[in-house]
Amino acid sequence: MTTQTFSVEIPADPGPLKQLGTAFARIGAMCLVELQKLRHDRTELITRAVQPTLWLLVFGQVFTRIHAIPTGNTPYLDFLAPGILAQSALFIAIFYGIQIIWERDSGVLSKLMVTPTPRVALVAAKAFASGIRAVVQALAVMVVAALLGVHLNIEPLHFLGVVAALVLGSACFCCLSITIAGLVLSRDRLMGIGQAITMPLFFASNALYPVQLMPGWLQVINHINPLSYEVEALRGLLVGTPARLGLDFGVLAVAAAIMISVAAALLPRLARG
Amino acid sequence: MSNVTYLPAVRCTELRQQFGDTVAVDGVDLEVSPGEVFGLLGPNGAGKTTTIRMITTLLNAPPGAISVFGVDVARRRTAVRRLIGYVPQQLSADSTLTGRENVSLFARLYDVPRRDRARRVEEVLDEVDLADVADRSAKTYSGGMVRRLELAQALVSAPRLLVLDEPTVGLDPVARDGVWARIEEIKETTGMTVLVTTHLMQEADQRCDRIALMHRGQIRALGTPAELRDSIGPDATLDDVFRAYTGDRLAENAGTMRDVRAARRTARRVS
Repeated sequence: MTTQTFSVEIPADPGPLKQLGTAFARIGAMCLVELQKLRHDRTELITRAVQPTLWLLVFGQVFTRIHAIPTGNTPYLDFLAPGILAQSALFIAIFYGIQIIWERDSGVLSKLMVTPTPRVALVAAKAFASGIRAVVQALAVMVVAALLGVHLNIEPLHFLGVVAALVLGSACFCCLSITIAGLVLSRDRLMGIGQAITMPLFFASNALYPVQLMPGWLQVINHINPLSYEVEALRGLLVGTPARLGLDFGVLAVAAAIMISVAAALLPRLARG
Repeated sequence: MSNVTYLPAVRCTELRQQFGDTVAVDGVDLEVSPGEVFGLLGPNGAGKTTTIRMITTLLNAPPGAISVFGVDVARRRTAVRRLIGYVPQQLSADSTLTGRENVSLFARLYDVPRRDRARRVEEVLDEVDLADVADRSAKTYSGGMVRRLELAQALVSAPRLLVLDEPTVGLDPVARDGVWARIEEIKETTGMTVLVTTHLMQEADQRCDRIALMHRGQIRALGTPAELRDSIGPDATLDDVFRAYTGDRLAENAGTMRDVRAARRTARRVS
Protein backbone atom coordinates (compact mmCIF):
# COMPACT_ATOMS: atom_id res chain seq x y z
CA MET A 1 0.00 0.00 0.00
CA THR A 2 1.36 3.42 -0.90
CA THR A 3 1.10 5.97 1.86
CA GLN A 4 1.91 9.61 1.47
CA THR A 5 1.65 12.67 3.63
CA PHE A 6 -1.21 14.87 2.59
CA SER A 7 -2.04 18.35 3.68
CA VAL A 8 -5.64 19.24 4.16
CA GLU A 9 -7.33 22.19 5.81
CA ILE A 10 -9.46 21.05 8.69
CA PRO A 11 -12.36 23.47 9.21
CA ALA A 12 -12.64 24.88 12.72
CA ASP A 13 -15.73 23.99 14.75
CA PRO A 14 -18.28 26.81 14.52
CA GLY A 15 -19.17 28.85 17.61
CA PRO A 16 -22.79 29.50 18.71
CA LEU A 17 -23.08 32.72 16.67
CA LYS A 18 -21.74 31.03 13.56
CA GLN A 19 -24.20 28.16 14.09
CA LEU A 20 -27.08 30.64 14.32
CA GLY A 21 -25.88 32.24 11.10
CA THR A 22 -25.73 28.79 9.50
CA ALA A 23 -29.32 28.08 10.55
CA PHE A 24 -30.54 31.34 8.96
CA ALA A 25 -28.50 30.65 5.81
CA ARG A 26 -30.06 27.18 5.51
CA ILE A 27 -33.57 28.56 6.04
CA GLY A 28 -32.88 31.10 3.28
CA ALA A 29 -31.56 28.39 0.94
CA MET A 30 -34.58 26.13 1.45
CA CYS A 31 -37.07 28.98 1.11
CA LEU A 32 -35.40 30.01 -2.15
CA VAL A 33 -35.69 26.44 -3.45
CA GLU A 34 -39.38 26.39 -2.52
CA LEU A 35 -39.95 29.59 -4.51
CA GLN A 36 -37.99 28.16 -7.46
CA LYS A 37 -40.18 25.04 -7.41
CA LEU A 38 -43.33 27.16 -7.34
CA ARG A 39 -42.01 29.22 -10.24
CA HIS A 40 -41.44 26.08 -12.30
CA ASP A 41 -44.80 24.49 -11.52
CA ARG A 42 -47.56 27.04 -11.02
CA THR A 43 -50.32 24.50 -11.62
CA GLU A 44 -49.98 23.35 -8.01
CA LEU A 45 -50.91 26.85 -6.85
CA ILE A 46 -54.09 26.64 -8.89
CA THR A 47 -55.05 23.07 -7.95
CA ARG A 48 -54.43 23.77 -4.28
CA ALA A 49 -56.62 26.88 -4.50
CA VAL A 50 -59.65 24.85 -5.61
CA GLN A 51 -60.58 23.49 -2.21
CA PRO A 52 -60.36 26.78 -0.27
CA THR A 53 -62.27 28.48 -3.06
CA LEU A 54 -65.06 25.92 -2.72
CA TRP A 55 -65.14 26.45 1.05
CA LEU A 56 -65.53 30.18 0.56
CA LEU A 57 -67.81 29.98 -2.45
CA VAL A 58 -70.18 27.22 -1.33
CA PHE A 59 -69.94 26.80 2.44
CA GLY A 60 -69.24 30.48 3.10
CA GLN A 61 -71.97 31.89 0.91
CA VAL A 62 -74.63 29.38 2.00
CA PHE A 63 -73.94 29.90 5.71
CA THR A 64 -73.86 33.64 5.19
CA ARG A 65 -77.39 33.47 3.73
CA ILE A 66 -78.91 31.22 6.36
CA HIS A 67 -77.33 33.18 9.26
CA ALA A 68 -76.82 29.87 11.10
CA ILE A 69 -73.59 30.90 12.80
CA PRO A 70 -73.73 34.09 14.88
CA THR A 71 -70.60 36.16 14.25
CA GLY A 72 -71.76 39.52 15.62
CA ASN A 73 -71.23 42.47 13.34
CA THR A 74 -68.80 40.58 11.12
CA PRO A 75 -70.37 38.99 8.00
CA TYR A 76 -69.89 35.21 8.09
CA LEU A 77 -67.85 35.17 4.88
CA ASP A 78 -65.42 37.71 6.42
CA PHE A 79 -65.29 35.60 9.58
CA LEU A 80 -64.66 32.44 7.57
CA ALA A 81 -61.96 33.72 5.16
CA PRO A 82 -59.06 33.79 7.70
CA GLY A 83 -60.06 30.30 8.84
CA ILE A 84 -59.85 29.05 5.28
CA LEU A 85 -56.45 30.72 4.86
CA ALA A 86 -55.22 28.82 7.91
CA GLN A 87 -56.83 25.61 6.67
CA SER A 88 -55.14 25.95 3.29
CA ALA A 89 -51.75 26.44 5.01
CA LEU A 90 -52.45 23.49 7.32
CA PHE A 91 -53.20 21.16 4.41
CA ILE A 92 -49.94 22.12 2.69
CA ALA A 93 -47.86 21.71 5.84
CA ILE A 94 -49.36 18.48 7.13
CA PHE A 95 -48.30 16.56 4.04
CA TYR A 96 -44.66 17.71 4.18
CA GLY A 97 -43.91 14.48 6.04
CA ILE A 98 -44.78 12.61 2.85
CA GLN A 99 -42.30 14.75 0.96
CA ILE A 100 -39.58 14.00 3.49
CA ILE A 101 -40.26 10.25 3.23
CA TRP A 102 -39.98 10.61 -0.55
CA GLU A 103 -36.71 12.49 0.01
CA ARG A 104 -35.49 9.64 2.21
CA ASP A 105 -36.38 7.01 -0.40
CA SER A 106 -34.77 8.98 -3.21
CA GLY A 107 -31.53 9.66 -1.31
CA VAL A 108 -32.11 13.42 -1.07
CA LEU A 109 -32.40 13.34 2.73
CA SER A 110 -29.09 11.46 3.08
CA LYS A 111 -27.42 13.98 0.82
CA LEU A 112 -28.82 16.90 2.83
CA MET A 113 -27.76 15.28 6.10
CA VAL A 114 -24.17 14.90 4.88
CA THR A 115 -23.93 18.67 4.35
CA PRO A 116 -22.55 20.71 7.29
CA THR A 117 -26.04 21.53 8.48
CA PRO A 118 -27.14 20.87 12.06
CA ARG A 119 -30.25 18.66 12.18
CA VAL A 120 -32.27 21.41 13.87
CA ALA A 121 -31.30 23.86 11.13
CA LEU A 122 -32.27 21.35 8.46
CA VAL A 123 -35.71 20.79 9.98
CA ALA A 124 -36.21 24.51 10.63
CA ALA A 125 -35.29 25.21 7.01
CA LYS A 126 -37.88 22.67 5.81
CA ALA A 127 -40.44 24.08 8.22
CA PHE A 128 -40.04 27.69 7.12
CA ALA A 129 -39.92 26.65 3.48
CA SER A 130 -43.39 25.13 3.98
CA GLY A 131 -44.37 28.51 5.45
CA ILE A 132 -43.21 30.29 2.30
CA ARG A 133 -45.33 27.94 0.18
CA ALA A 134 -48.27 28.58 2.51
CA VAL A 135 -47.87 32.35 2.16
CA VAL A 136 -47.85 32.15 -1.64
CA GLN A 137 -50.91 29.89 -1.49
CA ALA A 138 -52.59 32.28 0.96
CA LEU A 139 -52.14 35.15 -1.49
CA ALA A 140 -54.18 33.18 -4.05
CA VAL A 141 -56.91 32.50 -1.46
CA MET A 142 -56.94 36.18 -0.42
CA VAL A 143 -57.54 37.18 -4.03
CA VAL A 144 -60.50 34.77 -4.22
CA ALA A 145 -61.83 36.10 -0.90
CA ALA A 146 -61.53 39.70 -2.10
CA LEU A 147 -63.38 38.79 -5.31
CA LEU A 148 -66.19 37.35 -3.18
CA GLY A 149 -66.48 40.68 -1.38
CA VAL A 150 -64.56 39.91 1.81
CA HIS A 151 -63.13 43.11 3.31
CA LEU A 152 -59.52 42.27 4.12
CA ASN A 153 -57.20 44.73 5.85
CA ILE A 154 -53.92 44.45 4.00
CA GLU A 155 -52.04 47.42 5.43
CA PRO A 156 -48.28 46.62 5.38
CA LEU A 157 -47.96 45.99 9.12
CA HIS A 158 -51.07 43.79 9.18
CA PHE A 159 -49.87 41.95 6.11
CA LEU A 160 -46.49 41.27 7.76
CA GLY A 161 -48.37 39.90 10.76
CA VAL A 162 -50.39 37.64 8.45
CA VAL A 163 -47.17 36.35 6.87
CA ALA A 164 -45.64 35.71 10.31
CA ALA A 165 -48.74 33.85 11.55
CA LEU A 166 -48.90 31.69 8.44
CA VAL A 167 -45.17 30.89 8.52
CA LEU A 168 -45.18 30.00 12.23
CA GLY A 169 -48.37 27.94 11.93
CA SER A 170 -47.07 26.09 8.87
CA ALA A 171 -43.69 25.47 10.54
CA CYS A 172 -45.48 23.91 13.51
CA PHE A 173 -47.71 21.61 11.43
CA CYS A 174 -44.93 20.76 8.96
CA CYS A 175 -42.82 19.57 11.88
CA LEU A 176 -45.78 17.67 13.33
CA SER A 177 -45.93 15.89 9.99
CA ILE A 178 -42.15 15.23 9.96
CA THR A 179 -42.45 13.95 13.54
CA ILE A 180 -45.18 11.50 12.52
CA ALA A 181 -43.06 10.50 9.50
CA GLY A 182 -40.18 9.83 11.90
CA LEU A 183 -42.43 7.57 13.97
CA VAL A 184 -44.32 5.63 11.28
CA LEU A 185 -41.51 5.69 8.65
CA SER A 186 -43.84 4.79 5.78
CA ARG A 187 -45.62 6.98 3.26
CA ASP A 188 -48.84 4.95 3.29
CA ARG A 189 -49.19 5.05 7.06
CA LEU A 190 -48.41 8.78 7.10
CA MET A 191 -51.06 9.42 4.43
CA GLY A 192 -53.65 7.69 6.62
CA ILE A 193 -52.62 9.49 9.80
CA GLY A 194 -52.35 12.82 7.96
CA GLN A 195 -55.89 12.51 6.70
CA ALA A 196 -57.08 11.32 10.11
CA ILE A 197 -55.69 14.33 12.00
CA THR A 198 -56.17 17.16 9.50
CA MET A 199 -59.95 17.45 9.67
CA PRO A 200 -60.12 17.03 13.49
CA LEU A 201 -57.49 19.80 13.83
CA PHE A 202 -59.61 21.98 11.55
CA PHE A 203 -62.99 21.25 13.15
CA ALA A 204 -61.56 21.51 16.68
CA SER A 205 -60.47 25.08 15.96
CA ASN A 206 -62.24 28.40 15.65
CA ALA A 207 -61.84 28.38 11.85
CA LEU A 208 -65.54 27.76 11.08
CA TYR A 209 -67.39 28.97 14.17
CA PRO A 210 -66.82 31.12 17.26
CA VAL A 211 -65.39 29.33 20.29
CA GLN A 212 -68.48 30.25 22.35
CA LEU A 213 -70.64 27.95 20.21
CA MET A 214 -68.47 24.90 20.95
CA PRO A 215 -69.40 22.33 23.60
CA GLY A 216 -67.14 22.43 26.69
CA TRP A 217 -64.96 19.46 25.69
CA LEU A 218 -64.33 20.96 22.25
CA GLN A 219 -63.42 24.31 23.81
CA VAL A 220 -60.72 22.52 25.83
CA ILE A 221 -59.28 20.98 22.66
CA ASN A 222 -59.57 24.35 20.91
CA HIS A 223 -57.41 25.93 23.65
CA ILE A 224 -54.54 23.48 23.01
CA ASN A 225 -54.87 23.54 19.24
CA PRO A 226 -52.22 25.84 17.66
CA LEU A 227 -54.48 26.26 14.62
CA SER A 228 -56.95 28.23 16.75
CA TYR A 229 -54.26 30.76 17.71
CA GLU A 230 -53.23 31.05 14.05
CA VAL A 231 -56.86 31.68 13.02
CA GLU A 232 -57.41 34.18 15.82
CA ALA A 233 -54.31 36.14 14.77
CA LEU A 234 -55.24 36.04 11.08
CA ARG A 235 -58.82 37.09 11.84
CA GLY A 236 -57.70 39.92 14.08
CA LEU A 237 -55.20 41.21 11.52
CA LEU A 238 -57.28 40.77 8.37
CA VAL A 239 -60.85 41.38 9.55
CA GLY A 240 -60.34 43.34 12.74
CA THR A 241 -62.09 40.98 15.18
CA PRO A 242 -60.79 41.01 18.78
CA ALA A 243 -57.53 39.07 19.04
CA ARG A 244 -54.87 38.44 21.70
CA LEU A 245 -52.01 38.91 19.24
CA GLY A 246 -49.24 38.65 21.86
CA LEU A 247 -50.64 35.34 23.12
CA ASP A 248 -51.38 34.10 19.60
CA PHE A 249 -47.88 34.73 18.29
CA GLY A 250 -46.32 33.51 21.56
CA VAL A 251 -48.18 30.19 21.36
CA LEU A 252 -47.36 29.78 17.66
CA ALA A 253 -43.65 30.54 18.21
CA VAL A 254 -43.37 28.18 21.18
CA ALA A 255 -45.33 25.43 19.36
CA ALA A 256 -43.12 25.82 16.28
CA ALA A 257 -39.93 25.71 18.40
CA ILE A 258 -41.09 22.58 20.24
CA MET A 259 -42.15 20.80 17.07
CA ILE A 260 -38.88 21.71 15.27
CA SER A 261 -36.90 20.23 18.19
CA VAL A 262 -38.98 17.04 18.28
CA ALA A 263 -38.83 16.57 14.49
CA ALA A 264 -35.05 17.19 14.49
CA ALA A 265 -34.60 14.55 17.19
CA LEU A 266 -36.46 12.04 15.02
CA LEU A 267 -34.66 12.92 11.78
CA PRO A 268 -31.81 10.38 12.18
CA ARG A 269 -34.42 7.63 12.83
CA LEU A 270 -36.25 8.71 9.69
CA ALA A 271 -33.03 8.68 7.66
CA ARG A 272 -32.19 5.17 8.92
CA GLY A 273 -35.77 4.20 8.00
CA MET B 1 -8.76 27.11 9.77
CA SER B 2 -5.69 25.15 10.79
CA ASN B 3 -3.25 23.58 8.37
CA VAL B 4 -2.53 20.07 9.55
CA THR B 5 -0.89 17.11 7.90
CA TYR B 6 -2.84 13.91 8.35
CA LEU B 7 -2.71 10.30 7.30
CA PRO B 8 -4.79 8.60 5.96
CA ALA B 9 -7.91 9.92 4.14
CA VAL B 10 -10.14 7.40 5.96
CA ARG B 11 -9.25 5.12 8.83
CA CYS B 12 -11.72 2.64 10.31
CA THR B 13 -10.67 0.75 13.42
CA GLU B 14 -12.66 -2.29 14.58
CA LEU B 15 -15.78 -0.75 13.08
CA ARG B 16 -19.05 -2.42 14.09
CA GLN B 17 -22.73 -1.73 13.46
CA GLN B 18 -25.67 -3.84 14.54
CA PHE B 19 -29.38 -3.48 13.70
CA GLY B 20 -31.35 -5.59 16.16
CA ASP B 21 -29.93 -9.11 15.86
CA THR B 22 -28.31 -8.41 12.49
CA VAL B 23 -24.62 -7.54 12.51
CA ALA B 24 -24.20 -5.32 9.45
CA VAL B 25 -20.54 -4.39 9.98
CA ASP B 26 -18.37 -6.72 12.00
CA GLY B 27 -14.94 -5.46 12.99
CA VAL B 28 -13.84 -3.63 9.85
CA ASP B 29 -10.29 -2.27 9.81
CA LEU B 30 -9.65 -0.08 6.81
CA GLU B 31 -7.27 2.60 5.60
CA VAL B 32 -7.83 4.67 2.48
CA SER B 33 -4.81 6.63 1.32
CA PRO B 34 -5.12 10.23 0.20
CA GLY B 35 -5.53 10.61 -3.55
CA GLU B 36 -6.47 7.00 -4.31
CA VAL B 37 -9.67 5.53 -5.75
CA PHE B 38 -10.71 2.93 -3.21
CA GLY B 39 -13.45 0.43 -4.04
CA LEU B 40 -15.68 -1.35 -1.54
CA LEU B 41 -17.07 -4.46 -3.21
CA GLY B 42 -19.42 -7.13 -2.03
CA PRO B 43 -22.82 -8.74 -2.54
CA ASN B 44 -26.07 -7.17 -1.32
CA GLY B 45 -26.13 -7.03 2.46
CA ALA B 46 -22.32 -7.27 2.72
CA GLY B 47 -22.18 -4.08 4.80
CA LYS B 48 -20.75 -1.71 2.16
CA THR B 49 -23.50 0.89 2.35
CA THR B 50 -23.62 0.71 6.17
CA THR B 51 -19.86 1.34 6.27
CA ILE B 52 -20.25 4.27 3.89
CA ARG B 53 -23.13 5.66 5.95
CA MET B 54 -20.99 5.53 9.10
CA ILE B 55 -18.06 7.26 7.37
CA THR B 56 -20.37 10.00 6.05
CA THR B 57 -21.89 10.59 9.55
CA LEU B 58 -25.32 9.28 8.54
CA LEU B 59 -25.03 6.51 11.13
CA ASN B 60 -23.43 6.88 14.53
CA ALA B 61 -19.95 5.49 15.06
CA PRO B 62 -18.23 5.19 18.44
CA PRO B 63 -15.48 7.74 19.17
CA GLY B 64 -12.15 6.69 17.71
CA ALA B 65 -13.65 4.15 15.29
CA ILE B 66 -13.53 6.33 12.15
CA SER B 67 -11.41 9.30 11.20
CA VAL B 68 -11.45 11.29 7.97
CA PHE B 69 -8.13 13.05 7.37
CA GLY B 70 -7.46 12.54 11.06
CA VAL B 71 -10.75 14.11 12.20
CA ASP B 72 -12.84 11.85 14.44
CA VAL B 73 -16.22 11.33 12.80
CA ALA B 74 -17.98 10.81 16.15
CA ARG B 75 -16.58 13.93 17.79
CA ARG B 76 -16.46 16.47 14.94
CA ARG B 77 -19.25 15.63 12.54
CA THR B 78 -19.59 19.10 11.04
CA ALA B 79 -15.86 19.36 10.31
CA VAL B 80 -15.95 15.91 8.66
CA ARG B 81 -18.99 16.85 6.58
CA ARG B 82 -17.09 19.85 5.19
CA LEU B 83 -14.42 17.47 3.89
CA ILE B 84 -16.87 15.10 2.18
CA GLY B 85 -18.86 15.13 -1.04
CA TYR B 86 -21.48 12.37 -1.19
CA VAL B 87 -23.45 10.81 -4.03
CA PRO B 88 -26.03 8.30 -2.75
CA GLN B 89 -27.10 5.16 -4.58
CA GLN B 90 -30.47 6.57 -5.65
CA LEU B 91 -30.89 9.28 -8.29
CA SER B 92 -31.24 12.14 -5.87
CA ALA B 93 -31.20 15.29 -8.01
CA ASP B 94 -34.40 17.33 -7.67
CA SER B 95 -36.24 16.91 -10.96
CA THR B 96 -38.41 19.97 -10.30
CA LEU B 97 -35.36 22.28 -10.40
CA THR B 98 -32.93 23.13 -13.18
CA GLY B 99 -29.41 21.73 -13.18
CA ARG B 100 -28.01 25.09 -12.05
CA GLU B 101 -30.55 25.41 -9.23
CA ASN B 102 -29.70 21.90 -8.03
CA VAL B 103 -26.01 22.75 -7.80
CA SER B 104 -26.59 26.24 -6.37
CA LEU B 105 -28.59 24.76 -3.50
CA PHE B 106 -25.62 22.61 -2.50
CA ALA B 107 -23.22 25.54 -2.90
CA ARG B 108 -25.36 27.34 -0.32
CA LEU B 109 -25.61 24.30 1.96
CA TYR B 110 -21.81 23.98 1.92
CA ASP B 111 -21.36 27.72 2.59
CA VAL B 112 -19.54 28.52 -0.65
CA PRO B 113 -19.03 32.29 -0.19
CA ARG B 114 -21.63 34.38 -2.02
CA ARG B 115 -19.00 36.26 -4.06
CA ASP B 116 -17.63 32.95 -5.43
CA ARG B 117 -20.88 31.02 -5.67
CA ALA B 118 -22.02 31.73 -9.23
CA ARG B 119 -18.50 31.20 -10.60
CA ARG B 120 -18.00 27.98 -8.65
CA VAL B 121 -21.39 26.60 -9.77
CA GLU B 122 -20.53 27.43 -13.40
CA GLU B 123 -17.08 25.84 -13.03
CA VAL B 124 -18.35 22.60 -11.62
CA LEU B 125 -21.19 22.35 -14.18
CA ASP B 126 -18.53 22.81 -16.85
CA GLU B 127 -16.36 20.10 -15.27
CA VAL B 128 -19.19 17.57 -15.59
CA ASP B 129 -20.13 18.73 -19.10
CA LEU B 130 -23.51 20.16 -18.15
CA ALA B 131 -22.83 23.88 -18.60
CA ASP B 132 -24.80 24.00 -21.87
CA VAL B 133 -27.92 22.44 -20.35
CA ALA B 134 -27.60 23.98 -16.88
CA ASP B 135 -30.81 26.00 -17.20
CA ARG B 136 -32.92 23.09 -18.36
CA SER B 137 -35.14 21.26 -15.88
CA ALA B 138 -33.34 18.21 -14.45
CA LYS B 139 -36.36 16.08 -15.38
CA THR B 140 -35.30 16.42 -19.04
CA TYR B 141 -31.83 14.95 -18.32
CA SER B 142 -30.81 11.40 -19.23
CA GLY B 143 -29.69 9.01 -16.48
CA GLY B 144 -26.02 9.71 -17.18
CA MET B 145 -26.62 13.46 -17.08
CA VAL B 146 -28.43 13.18 -13.73
CA ARG B 147 -25.49 11.23 -12.32
CA ARG B 148 -23.10 13.93 -13.57
CA LEU B 149 -25.37 16.57 -12.05
CA GLU B 150 -25.15 14.75 -8.72
CA LEU B 151 -21.39 14.73 -9.09
CA ALA B 152 -21.51 18.49 -9.59
CA GLN B 153 -23.60 18.84 -6.42
CA ALA B 154 -21.06 16.77 -4.48
CA LEU B 155 -18.06 18.59 -5.96
CA VAL B 156 -19.25 22.18 -5.64
CA SER B 157 -17.64 22.49 -2.19
CA ALA B 158 -14.30 21.10 -3.53
CA PRO B 159 -14.37 18.16 -1.10
CA ARG B 160 -11.21 16.27 -0.16
CA LEU B 161 -13.07 12.95 -0.04
CA LEU B 162 -15.69 12.01 -2.63
CA VAL B 163 -17.93 9.16 -1.49
CA LEU B 164 -19.92 7.41 -4.22
CA ASP B 165 -22.44 4.70 -3.40
CA GLU B 166 -23.01 2.61 -6.55
CA PRO B 167 -22.57 5.66 -8.81
CA THR B 168 -23.14 3.88 -12.11
CA VAL B 169 -25.98 1.50 -11.22
CA GLY B 170 -28.44 1.27 -14.12
CA LEU B 171 -26.31 3.31 -16.54
CA ASP B 172 -25.41 2.08 -20.01
CA PRO B 173 -21.66 1.60 -20.71
CA VAL B 174 -21.31 4.93 -22.52
CA ALA B 175 -22.94 6.90 -19.70
CA ARG B 176 -20.88 4.90 -17.18
CA ASP B 177 -17.66 5.82 -18.98
CA GLY B 178 -18.80 9.44 -19.10
CA VAL B 179 -19.31 9.54 -15.32
CA TRP B 180 -15.96 7.90 -14.61
CA ALA B 181 -14.12 10.13 -17.10
CA ARG B 182 -15.37 13.19 -15.19
CA ILE B 183 -14.43 11.67 -11.81
CA GLU B 184 -10.92 10.82 -13.00
CA GLU B 185 -10.33 14.22 -14.59
CA ILE B 186 -11.37 16.03 -11.42
CA LYS B 187 -9.34 13.66 -9.24
CA GLU B 188 -6.28 14.37 -11.38
CA THR B 189 -6.60 18.13 -11.01
CA THR B 190 -7.64 18.28 -7.35
CA GLY B 191 -5.94 15.24 -5.81
CA MET B 192 -9.12 14.31 -4.00
CA THR B 193 -9.68 10.82 -2.62
CA VAL B 194 -12.52 8.71 -4.00
CA LEU B 195 -14.28 6.01 -1.99
CA VAL B 196 -16.72 4.03 -4.10
CA THR B 197 -19.00 1.03 -3.68
CA THR B 198 -19.91 -1.01 -6.72
CA HIS B 199 -21.29 -4.36 -7.81
CA LEU B 200 -19.54 -4.15 -11.16
CA MET B 201 -16.30 -6.12 -11.10
CA GLN B 202 -15.06 -4.80 -14.43
CA GLU B 203 -15.62 -1.23 -13.26
CA ALA B 204 -13.72 -1.91 -10.03
CA ASP B 205 -10.91 -3.59 -11.94
CA GLN B 206 -10.50 -0.65 -14.33
CA ARG B 207 -11.12 2.28 -12.03
CA CYS B 208 -9.98 1.45 -8.50
CA ASP B 209 -6.41 1.68 -7.23
CA ARG B 210 -7.28 -0.68 -4.36
CA ILE B 211 -10.27 -2.80 -3.47
CA ALA B 212 -11.71 -4.20 -0.25
CA LEU B 213 -14.02 -7.16 -0.74
CA MET B 214 -16.72 -7.27 1.96
CA HIS B 215 -18.90 -10.21 2.89
CA ARG B 216 -21.19 -10.61 5.89
CA GLY B 217 -19.95 -7.38 7.44
CA GLN B 218 -16.25 -8.26 7.25
CA ILE B 219 -13.41 -7.47 4.88
CA ARG B 220 -12.44 -10.76 3.27
CA ALA B 221 -9.78 -9.49 0.87
CA LEU B 222 -7.88 -6.26 0.36
CA GLY B 223 -5.39 -5.17 -2.28
CA THR B 224 -4.89 -3.81 -5.76
CA PRO B 225 -7.04 -5.48 -8.46
CA ALA B 226 -3.91 -7.25 -9.75
CA GLU B 227 -2.99 -8.51 -6.28
CA LEU B 228 -6.49 -9.87 -5.75
CA ARG B 229 -6.56 -11.59 -9.13
CA ASP B 230 -3.11 -13.10 -8.53
CA SER B 231 -4.23 -14.43 -5.16
CA ILE B 232 -6.68 -16.76 -6.96
CA GLY B 233 -4.69 -17.90 -9.96
CA PRO B 234 -2.84 -16.81 -13.11
CA ASP B 235 -5.90 -16.27 -15.33
CA ALA B 236 -8.33 -15.26 -12.63
CA THR B 237 -10.70 -12.35 -13.14
CA LEU B 238 -12.13 -10.15 -10.42
CA ASP B 239 -15.39 -12.10 -10.82
CA ASP B 240 -13.45 -15.22 -9.79
CA VAL B 241 -12.07 -13.34 -6.81
CA PHE B 242 -15.60 -12.27 -5.87
CA ARG B 243 -16.89 -15.86 -6.05
CA ALA B 244 -13.91 -17.23 -4.17
CA TYR B 245 -14.33 -14.91 -1.22
CA THR B 246 -18.11 -14.60 -1.04
CA GLY B 247 -19.15 -18.09 -2.22
CA ASP B 248 -21.84 -18.85 -4.81
CA ARG B 249 -24.57 -19.35 -2.23
CA LEU B 250 -26.99 -16.45 -2.03
CA ALA B 251 -27.06 -14.74 1.33
CA GLU B 252 -30.52 -15.27 2.83
CA ASN B 253 -30.81 -11.81 4.31
CA ALA B 254 -28.98 -9.94 1.58
CA GLY B 255 -30.68 -6.58 1.09
CA THR B 256 -34.11 -5.57 2.30
CA MET B 257 -37.29 -5.12 0.25
CA ARG B 258 -36.63 -1.37 0.39
CA ASP B 259 -33.12 -1.82 -1.04
CA VAL B 260 -34.56 -3.77 -3.96
CA ARG B 261 -37.36 -1.24 -4.49
CA ALA B 262 -34.84 1.64 -4.38
CA ALA B 263 -32.54 -0.11 -6.87
CA ARG B 264 -35.49 -0.74 -9.23
CA ARG B 265 -36.62 2.86 -8.90
CA THR B 266 -33.10 4.10 -9.70
CA ALA B 267 -32.87 1.75 -12.68
CA ARG B 268 -36.27 2.99 -13.94
CA ARG B 269 -35.21 6.64 -13.62
CA VAL B 270 -31.93 6.21 -15.46
CA SER B 271 -33.38 4.10 -18.29
